[in-house]
Amino acid sequence: MKFGVVIFPGSNCDMDCVHVLRNVLGQKVHELWHKERDLKGCECIVLPGGFSYGDYLRTGAIARFSPIMDSVSNHVRKGKLVIGICNGFQILCEAGLLPGALIRNRSLRFICKPVYLKLENNSTPFTRISRKVLKIPIAHGEGNYYIHEDGMKRLKDNDQIVFRYCGEKGDISPEFNPNGALENIAGVINKKKNVLGMMPHPERCSEEILGSSDGRLIFESIIN
Amino acid sequence: MIARIYTNLKRDVSDPQGLAVKNALETLSFKGINKVHVGKYFVIELDSMKKSEAEKLMKAICEKLLSNPVIEDYTFTIENGNVSKKK
Repeated sequence: MKFGVVIFPGSNCDMDCVHVLRNVLGQKVHELWHKERDLKGCECIVLPGGFSYGDYLRTGAIARFSPIMDSVSNHVRKGKLVIGICNGFQILCEAGLLPGALIRNRSLRFICKPVYLKLENNSTPFTRISRKVLKIPIAHGEGNYYIHEDGMKRLKDNDQIVFRYCGEKGDISPEFNPNGALENIAGVINKKKNVLGMMPHPERCSEEILGSSDGRLIFESIIN
Repeated sequence: MIARIYTNLKRDVSDPQGLAVKNALETLSFKGINKVHVGKYFVIELDSMKKSEAEKLMKAICEKLLSNPVIEDYTFTIENGNVSKKK
């Protein structure tokens, strides 16, 4: 499969994504500078983590107007795949390609630690995974997912909540909520199920040597 | 011409920064603080134009970039004059 990893000024997880896809999973990967408009025939676009434009104004608010984002929107309209990780998720929300918004963590602190995620929907192209609970690290200051009441209802009606923060056994409760996200939401998908946004970083745990390879399951789901 | 724009989280969105400031004020023994909202303040220097044009422009700017309508409200004022005189 041909992947395109978008690089914004301030992205810092771009090369981790490129490494996992190219070297660990043996896929073709194009590195796409945000000023480009040509997606080079990539089938899946990755918006990586980092601090695009220094998080100025709001996270993702300026990156969403980068020239490449017009092409990403077209790609989405054609039903092709996009995954946004951390800052990539924030950018997708700002661009209106995903519902809701990510605001400052409840604790006001940057949180960097492994968390457990309950897989709530295993029928998306990104999550054809037989496991119910994954262990994947988070690293963010603004991952507190918010959506208004009507939006939350739509998310539930359309099965758009993909990951929730949980305990080791999959139990969902406030004690396992690292950032104050509504209903422990860690990742959502659009209604058409071709755009996934998630705060945790699967590219940081796709090799055993890094302590977990659960992240790999997500990339393998996309590839297969 | 100067536009002053304020963006704030909507009332039903949790505001961890506002809460932290409120708690700090209470720790400092300031009484009578009910709620604190932390927002952003922008000062935009404009070319001279009709006030109605400036209002239209500010509305467009706020909705397109300066605020995120999912979580924020905005208000602005427009006045004549400069922020600082050119030397």
